[in-house]
Amino acid sequence: MWRVYIRRMTVDDYRALSAFDIHHRVTSGTTSAREFAQHALELAESTGRELNAFITICTDKALAQADDIDRNVAAGESVGPMAGVPIVLKDNISYRDYPLTCASKILNGYVPPFDATAAVRLVEAGAVIIGKANMDEFAMGSSNENSAYGPVHNPVDHSLAPGGSSGGSAAVVAAGIVPIAYGSETGGSVRQPAAFCGTYGFKPTYGGISRFGLVAFASSCDVISPLARDPRDLALAYKVASGHDHNDSTSLDFEHPDYPNDLELGRKLTIGVPADYFPPELDSDVRAVVDKAIDALKTAGHSIVDVKSPMSRMAIPIYYIVASAEASANLARYDGVRYGKREGADLALHDMYAATRAKGFGDEVKRRIMLGTYALSSGYYDAYYQKASDVRQLLREEFARLFDEVDLLITPTSPTPAFKLGERIDDPLAMYLSDMYTAPSSLAGNPAISIPYGSVPDGRPVGVQLIAALKDDRTLFQAAASLA
Amino acid sequence: MRYTHDGFEAVIGLEVHCQLETKTKLFTACPYSYGEEPNSQTEAVTLALPGALPVCNRAAVDYAMRMILAVGGTVHQTSIFARKNYFYPDLPKGYQISQFDRPIGTGGSIDYQLDDGTPRSVGLIRIHLEEDAGKSLHPEGGENFTRVDLNRSGTPLIEIVSEPDIVSPQDAYAYLNRLKQIVQYLEICTGDMEKGQLRCDANVSVRPIGESQFGTRTELKNLNSFKGVERALLFEIERQVKVIKSGGAVIQSTLLWNEQKQEAIAMRGKEESHDYRYFPEPDLFPLIISDEWLAETRSALPELPAEKAARFVAKYGIRVYDATVLTDSRALADYYETVMTTCEDSVGASNWIQTELLGALKKRGEEIVDCPVPPGEIADLLNRVKSSEISGKIAKTVFAEMLESGKSAASIIKEKGLVQISDPSQLEPVIAEIIAANGKQVEAYRGGKVALFGFFVGQVMKQTRGQANPQIVNDLLKKALDT
Repeated sequence: MWRVYIRRMTVDDYRALSAFDIHHRVTSGTTSAREFAQHALELAESTGRELNAFITICTDKALAQADDIDRNVAAGESVGPMAGVPIVLKDNISYRDYPLTCASKILNGYVPPFDATAAVRLVEAGAVIIGKANMDEFAMGSSNENSAYGPVHNPVDHSLAPGGSSGGSAAVVAAGIVPIAYGSETGGSVRQPAAFCGTYGFKPTYGGISRFGLVAFASSCDVISPLARDPRDLALAYKVASGHDHNDSTSLDFEHPDYPNDLELGRKLTIGVPADYFPPELDSDVRAVVDKAIDALKTAGHSIVDVKSPMSRMAIPIYYIVASAEASANLARYDGVRYGKREGADLALHDMYAATRAKGFGDEVKRRIMLGTYALSSGYYDAYYQKASDVRQLLREEFARLFDEVDLLITPTSPTPAFKLGERIDDPLAMYLSDMYTAPSSLAGNPAISIPYGSVPDGRPVGVQLIAALKDDRTLFQAAASLA
Repeated sequence: MRYTHDGFEAVIGLEVHCQLETKTKLFTACPYSYGEEPNSQTEAVTLALPGALPVCNRAAVDYAMRMILAVGGTVHQTSIFARKNYFYPDLPKGYQISQFDRPIGTGGSIDYQLDDGTPRSVGLIRIHLEEDAGKSLHPEGGENFTRVDLNRSGTPLIEIVSEPDIVSPQDAYAYLNRLKQIVQYLEICTGDMEKGQLRCDANVSVRPIGESQFGTRTELKNLNSFKGVERALLFEIERQVKVIKSGGAVIQSTLLWNEQKQEAIAMRGKEESHDYRYFPEPDLFPLIISDEWLAETRSALPELPAEKAARFVAKYGIRVYDATVLTDSRALADYYETVMTTCEDSVGASNWIQTELLGALKKRGEEIVDCPVPPGEIADLLNRVKSSEISGKIAKTVFAEMLESGKSAASIIKEKGLVQISDPSQLEPVIAEIIAANGKQVEAYRGGKVALFGFFVGQVMKQTRGQANPQIVNDLLKKALDT
């Protein structure tokens, strides 16, 4: 007789595991889903709180979900492809029984009575939802400083911004609290924080994941987008959440291959380097990291070609007109009438509206509502909203032409590595420019990925962005895997 | 024709909203029916909860297409929903999803006749789809708050905008009646203005008779009945003429009609100065109608009132006026046609339905759809009159009984022994008896007071409890008296 001593899994063991490892251990009965959930919840309460990455931690429901998985495994029933994997949702994704805040005071007290389609699919796949991540208010921001719940700290260095708006989602993945988190993209809100925190971030083709239950910021750009620490987990995260949904008219019905099991590239690509994304003033350390990735791809036998994308230079102005215009209407429902915060209940109707929205929204949200309202106003519509929409169409056409010639575009994710918390908060324009390389594909609807591919000399991570043709999400996972 | 007042003529255009009778709302599967508990017919989309999204109701699109096709308009196979932005508590999203520069329908006309038979054709500018708002119930008693009922919020409407082709308040009334008739025929809207299922705003201006330029128009709102539309237009036309005559100018504005006070009051400038900031609804892709769908809807269109009336004239040989009355509603026309599947007297049936049946129903406060007498029974009754089994007069008695008891004509006639007596051998003894008993009158009649003939007929009818065949009685009486 001999005994096997199994060392109890430590937090550090847990942090080193991928979603696939966790799924394997849970389904093979090696480690219970409950144990993983407990580790994730403990980390959320300790590291997560230090980083201010969470708005809500969903302890009770997470443990109940984990127990369900364990029961099913024990009973020999089939479980989903994410069984027992702890995950986090950005707090603009509707999840029943827990507050949905969008990091805004205006939603004080609102608890949604329904689940986002993505949340339904994740739970069905066996994922265990640990908590709701901090973010920029209504997903408007690039540093996570526009949160009514305070800024998130970058796990790489707590004095750095984690990026935004999905700062909390990026931080919980980078800090090892969970292997997969979901944020949302409108103009770079997952790729940019992924780059700042040193994780992978993926923006699907527009419509690739249902928006039903995702609180709208700019409907024509919004898409739920996952973050992970390796390409395979990222591919799994997308596979599970993707697919057409009859509750979202803009969700697309296209073939989703089994991304995580289809990572072998097996072909030589043509990869375009758009000069417009590499201006002379680009941070040379950032450029060096992207060049290194280009070299690696060249070495692997892919052909690298110079291309031009002048319309990409228009992306920031288009984005801040179109997205703000849509936001000005999307955020009109926060009026203090049906749910959330109401100020000035004793005042006349329009004064109540004004008081509620003045106190409920933060400065950046108000700025964009005003910008968007102006862009749609009678007498200005043609000069702003219509012109921006027309140029957006030109950008789409330019992208379509580019992807007739190349399989991928390679660019920096963001022009700089993570900046300091507080550094840009009083300079909205500088803040907006950190999305200049991510906004074009958001406006055109193309899928894109941010790959952590090194760092600048002081250790701040740098993300390399790959952009693909519409609905060719698969090539991004494959290319990312080939670079890993 | 064109309404004139003091040297001026009126120019009128109407905007009519029809609430489409779909089972569910325009952008959600949330069911709706009128008169339910406030806020009981709401869910995430209706309440505009964060993250809720619109999904277009196919039936509503189909209903809109029916209307466009019925009026000879163009169905645009690509149309675009747009957001119309304004804040109000009964508008949960802070915008209404409507259509703006790319509506689903344009063109077509509403064709009808005035009471004097004048044919009219009013052109349509557009027909578009949009969602309705909820209802604000403003305080009446001691309450100092407004209640909001969102049941109606999100229900489908079509807005039908006419050209300024309407020439008088009476014309507007006739236009609305035809429009209501069409939507009812199409079974897309109940057309009940009192329940708000049909709503009307009017644009009106005046100009000197013969002038081709339009005058400054005003918009009349809060018109809650067809007659209210007529009265409000009359009021507003006279008001505008008075303003101009006294040297003033009509100011472009929106006026609210007050039915109690019979006057229109201008809204305050602030209330009407909206910038709706329309822009394409990004939650919905353009609405695309396939060729197949369009063809399917076109082929499923029912026969419309004008076509039906013309067919009735041709097929049943009834007068135009009668055909118009019988095709007033699809239910009435169907009733008549069902009667005619077994009835041998089309004109008799037409008359009977218009006078006896509709008269009786009106007294009972019922509509044709509530009629307790099945059409086959009416046909049977009228066939018995036609074959002289019963007299027209007896038929009325039988019909009253049918309406009351729900029994068949046959059983009533049998039970009460009401079969008409046409056999001369049964009637001759009765006549002989009456002649014998009324010597004086017989003498007077034979002396030239022919008006007394009616007296003898009455006596026979009395003796036979009305069952005698009047034609036979006439013949026999004449024979007996004149010899």
